Amino acid sequence: MRALDFEYMLGLVPVLLKYVPLTLGMASVSMALALALASLLAIIRVAGIPVLDGITRVFISFFRGTPLLVQLFLFYYGLPQLLPILTALDGVSAAIIGLTLHFAAYMAESIRAAILGVDRSQWEASKAIGMSMAQMMRRIILPQASRVAAPTLVNYFIDLIKGTSLAFTLGVTELMGAAQKEAAGSFLYFETFIVVAVFYWVIVEALSLFQQRLEGRLSKAFVR
Amino acid sequence: MIKIRGLTKIYNGTPVLNGIDLDIEKGERIVIIGPSGTGKSTLLRCLNFLDTPDGGEIIFDDETIDVTKASPKDIQRLRLRTSFVFQNYALFANKTARENIAEGLYTVRKWGREEALNRADEILATIGLADKADAYPAALSGGQQQRVGIGRAMSVDTDLMLVDEPTSALDPEWVEEVLQLMKRVADQHRTMLIVTHEMSFAKDIADRVIFMEGGRIVEQGPPSKIFSAPEDDRTKAFLRKVLPSAS
Ligand SMILES: Nc1ncnc2c1ncn2[C@@H]1O[C@H](COP(=O)(O)OP(=O)(O)OP(=O)(O)O)[C@@H](O)[C@H]1O
Ligand SMILES: [Mg+2]
Repeated sequence: MRALDFEYMLGLVPVLLKYVPLTLGMASVSMALALALASLLAIIRVAGIPVLDGITRVFISFFRGTPLLVQLFLFYYGLPQLLPILTALDGVSAAIIGLTLHFAAYMAESIRAAILGVDRSQWEASKAIGMSMAQMMRRIILPQASRVAAPTLVNYFIDLIKGTSLAFTLGVTELMGAAQKEAAGSFLYFETFIVVAVFYWVIVEALSLFQQRLEGRLSKAFVR
Repeated sequence: MIKIRGLTKIYNGTPVLNGIDLDIEKGERIVIIGPSGTGKSTLLRCLNFLDTPDGGEIIFDDETIDVTKASPKDIQRLRLRTSFVFQNYALFANKTARENIAEGLYTVRKWGREEALNRADEILATIGLADKADAYPAALSGGQQQRVGIGRAMSVDTDLMLVDEPTSALDPEWVEEVLQLMKRVADQHRTMLIVTHEMSFAKDIADRVIFMEGGRIVEQGPPSKIFSAPEDDRTKAFLRKVLPSAS
């Protein structure tokens, strides 16, 4: 066994640090879009809106049933061949679209379950005071459902952050892409990938701290 | 004046409301009594479409709603003309006591936020819960929650207040404070339709008592008559059960 090249590893830290914003940016934008889309899909499913409900089911089934990597390749390499306008799509955008759709499909199901878990009295009281469906969802049902769904959604966010590493297969130089390039130059694969692993690990751990605060805040109304 | 004509509700082929006809005068306080499973709650819930009636008409002043043809707009208008007090309080769990009262005012009725919150504070003072304004329902006793529930219904001047067994989910220790508040609300000359199993409360506040059984209005009249000299055998049998003192 050879000794680890600590000097190289240390030197790698500032190099990789420059790519953290892109990774976090892709993850945050995808998460925000996925949350919005997932909420919409969940509401369509809960409300049972005739045609949309069927489309939503197929959408969820497809994006949960196929690998994320396949979906990303489909968007970036495949679709532009059918729709030439999409050739302009850069890797970052393609990754964001893929991550959004993929994780929206998963999150829609957790949000749907959480919505259905909100007590019947909450729906009835909202209707009785004359709220529209949209007002009821936004002000009463979704805030309560989010408390139930939060732990699961944060787990998906963690998965999503790690999922951004697949963007390097679309030619995006994010954290993983940068590490890949460094390793190809130095041939120090172990050092490079252990450092990049620690990068992801630290990001996810930081998120876990945020998770505790978020869950505390969402439960504020429910402590006696 | 509110008129209900031939209101029916059918669950799985079984009629639960058998063509209810009822005229409600402005300011009248009507108490509905009757055995369990008779359709009392269903009647109240059909009036604001929490349950969708299967037939009949609901007439508010000059507006007639054929329930089989009610559009979402009609239903929304009905809901704005009525307020509802639930047996299980049904406070918004993610809103404080103050927000529970103000929510309908600013979200639905488009009051300014300040104005709505001030109104909520006024109501909270009236119901004796000014110190609980920022408490969430989970931190309130059953009695306090129901008082907020009543406060929420009081906060708007609706044409009809629907009250479904306001005390029957409460621990005995909280019943009295809620009945006291209900009496005060009843003194405000609101038009009210109240379902209750509290017979002495009914006697106290009702202008008219309705006895329902099997989805029908069996007998109605002033409380003095219904409680002291009921005519129908079914009314008599029911009162014998719930008023053990009056043999
Ligand atoms: N969602 C429903 N589905 C099927 N049947 C129902 C439903 N809601 C009520 N019912 C039936 O309708 C009948 C009337 O119910 P309702 O709740 O109106 O009675 P109630 O007079 O309010 O009784 P209680 O005094 O117990 O509250 C009952 O037989 C009940 O089982
Ligand atoms: Mg009932």
